[in-house]
Amino acid sequence: MSTRRGIAALAAAASITLLLGACSSGGADASGGDASTDAATATSLADFGSLADLEAAAKAEGQLNVIALPRDWANYGAVLDAFAAKYPEITINEASPDASSAEEIQAAETNKGLDTAPDVFDLGLTVALENTDTFAPYKVENWDSIPDELKEESGLFTGDYGGYMSIGYDSSKFDAPESLEDLLGSDFKGSVAINGDPTQAGAAFAAVGLATVQNGGDLDDFGPGIEFFKELNAAGNMLKLDVTSATVASGETPVVFDWDYLNVAHTADNPDWKVKILPGTGYAGYYNQAVNADAPHPAAARLWQEFLYSDEAQNLWLAGGARPVLADAMEEAGTIDADLFEALPEAPSEVVVPTSDQSAAAGELLGSEWAAAVG
Amino acid sequence: MGRRGRLDQVTSAVHEGVGAVDSGRRRRRATAPAALGLLPFGAYVAVFLALPTGIALASGLFTSDGAFTLENLSALADPVILGAFWNSIWLSFLTAAIGAVVGAALSYAMLGFPEDGRARSIVDAASGVLAQFGGVMLAFAFIATIGLQGVVTVFLRDVFGVDIFADGAWIYELPGLVLPYIYFQVPLMVITFLPALAGLKPQWMEATLTLGGTPATFWWKVGIPVLAPSFFASFLLLIANAFSSYATAAALSSQGSSIVPLQIRTALTSETVLGRENVAGVLALGMIVIMAVVMCAYALVQRRAARWQA
Repeated sequence: MSTRRGIAALAAAASITLLLGACSSGGADASGGDASTDAATATSLADFGSLADLEAAAKAEGQLNVIALPRDWANYGAVLDAFAAKYPEITINEASPDASSAEEIQAAETNKGLDTAPDVFDLGLTVALENTDTFAPYKVENWDSIPDELKEESGLFTGDYGGYMSIGYDSSKFDAPESLEDLLGSDFKGSVAINGDPTQAGAAFAAVGLATVQNGGDLDDFGPGIEFFKELNAAGNMLKLDVTSATVASGETPVVFDWDYLNVAHTADNPDWKVKILPGTGYAGYYNQAVNADAPHPAAARLWQEFLYSDEAQNLWLAGGARPVLADAMEEAGTIDADLFEALPEAPSEVVVPTSDQSAAAGELLGSEWAAAVG
Repeated sequence: MGRRGRLDQVTSAVHEGVGAVDSGRRRRRATAPAALGLLPFGAYVAVFLALPTGIALASGLFTSDGAFTLENLSALADPVILGAFWNSIWLSFLTAAIGAVVGAALSYAMLGFPEDGRARSIVDAASGVLAQFGGVMLAFAFIATIGLQGVVTVFLRDVFGVDIFADGAWIYELPGLVLPYIYFQVPLMVITFLPALAGLKPQWMEATLTLGGTPATFWWKVGIPVLAPSFFASFLLLIANAFSSYATAAALSSQGSSIVPLQIRTALTSETVLGRENVAGVLALGMIVIMAVVMCAYALVQRRAARWQA
C-alpha cells in the first residue's frame, strides 16, 4: 500500500532530522504558585488523574487561546469547530490565523504573563527546534503510538500532521507536469507560483527544496533549486503573486507549488484543480504541536493536545488532505477513515526532509541569492 | 516654514489695508497655561510615536539575547538590502514626481471651477477618499482589473488581441507597483497642493499685467516662487508616503522582498531564516536616515525659495 509506505518513508526521513537536530532537553520553568500550577507542570494525563479530571480543569479555565490556525489549512476549521462542539464551556479565541511560525513565538513573548498569550503552537520544524525553551513538555495519551522520529523525546514538541511538496494545477488549462522541466515550457508562461517567499515561508522554502532534489541536487546545497527558479523566472513563467484561495478560484494563479494537503483543499475553489506529486525524490514536512510554557490556560492547552491526537481530530486532518501523525497506528487499529486514507495522492518512492543544519544553511543561501535569482 | 508665514502676513496686510493688522495690540507671549494645553498632544506623540520609534531603532543595536552589538549594521552593506534600498528610493521618487506633476496639473485645472461649485467638491471628496485607498484593497482592485485574469486584461486580449503580459506577469514585480502607487499619489497631491494654489490671488496677476508684465512674467516672477515651497513640501510628503508604503506591495508582490518595508517584514516574521529580528531595527534606521537626507535637501531648497520671496 503506497500511502502506508509513504508515511514510513516520511518518518524515516524525519528521524534523521530529529537525530541530527540539536535539541535542548530543558524542562519548562514552573510558573508561580497559583491554583493552575498543577496544570502548568503536568507532563501527561497521569498528572491530572484522568481525562475527566483534565476536562474539569480545562472547563474551569473556560478559555483556550490558539494562534496561526487558518480555517482552510489542513481542515483546521473543522477541528476547531469539533473541539467547540465537544467542550461548549471552553471559548476558543483564534488570533492571527495567517501568522507565520516565527510570529507565534513572538506573540508568546509579547503577551507573556497576559491572559491573551497563545496557549498552544502549531509550528514548522525549524522554528520549533529553535525555541524549545518556550515550550512545556507534554506527552499525550497516545504518545507511544506516535513514530519516534516525529516527536521530541521529552515531549517538548510533537509532530501533528504533514505532507509532501506538490504541484497543484488547473487541469482545464494545462496537462499534468511530469517533471520540473515541463514547467519551463512556453505554455506555462506567467503561470507558476509558489506559496510565499522562501526566505520567509516554510511552504515556499520546501518548494525550493523539492526543486533542488528534483534537479539532481541534495539538501546540503539548495543551489540547484534556486537555479531552477532562476530559469523559470528567466523563461517568464514565474508568477510572483501571493497565493490565496481567491487567486486560485479566479484563475490568477493557475499552477502552484504547495503542500499536497493545501493544494487538495484548493479543489473547493476550482473543481478542475489537480494535485501532482512529481515522480522521483519527494520532499516532506511535518508541522509540530507544542504547549506554551507560560500558557494562561495550561489545562485547556493540554486538553487541546489530547483532543488533537484523538481519532476524531486525526481523521479531520486527514479529511483536509494532510497525513496525520497517528495514521499508521490508526490503520492498524482500524480507526482511520480508510476512504480518505486511500484517496491521498500517491506518495513518492523516496522522501527527504532537511536537518536543522541543512535548513540553516539553505536559509542563509536563500537570503543572499533568492532576491537576485527571481528579481 | 515661517518665511512663508511672513509673506502671507505681508500680503494679507496689504489686502486688508496696511496697518490694520495687529495695530495697537501687543503680541501675547505663550503663557504657562497655553503650554499646558499642548500636554495631551505631546504625551500622545511621545507614547505612540517617539517611544516606539526609539525602541525599534534601539533594537537594531542589540542581539536577540540583549547584548549590545554593531553587527546588525553590516546588514546595510548586504547587496540584497542595498538593492532593496535602491528600489525603494527610485520607486518613491518616480511615483512622487509623476504624482506631483499630474496632481499639480489637476489642481491647476480645478482653479477654473468656482470654489463652491459641484466640480470642485466632487474632486475634493474623491481625492480625500482615493488618497486613503491603499493596501490590500487597492492591490485587489488592480488584480481584478489588470491582473492576468483581470477585466481589462481579458477585454484587451479578446477584443483587440493585445496581451499586456506578453513579457511575463510584470504587475506582480517591481514595475507593477508603479501604477498602484501613482493611483494614491495623485489624489494626495491634489489634497495638499490645491489649497496653496487657491491662495494665489488674482490681484497679483492683475498687478503684474498693470506693471507691463506678461502672464509668463507673472508665473516666472511671482507664481512659481510663491508656490515652490508648498510644491516641494507636497512632493516630500509624496516621497515619504511611497517610501513607507507596505501593504500594497505586500499583497501584490510576494517574491524577493524588493523594497525595504518588505525586507523588514522578512526580518521580523521569517520562519525559514531565523534570528534576524534585530536587523529590522537597522533597516528602519536606514529608512529614517534617507528621509532625514531628503528633509535636509528640502530645507535647503526652502532657503533658496525664500530668497526669491524676499
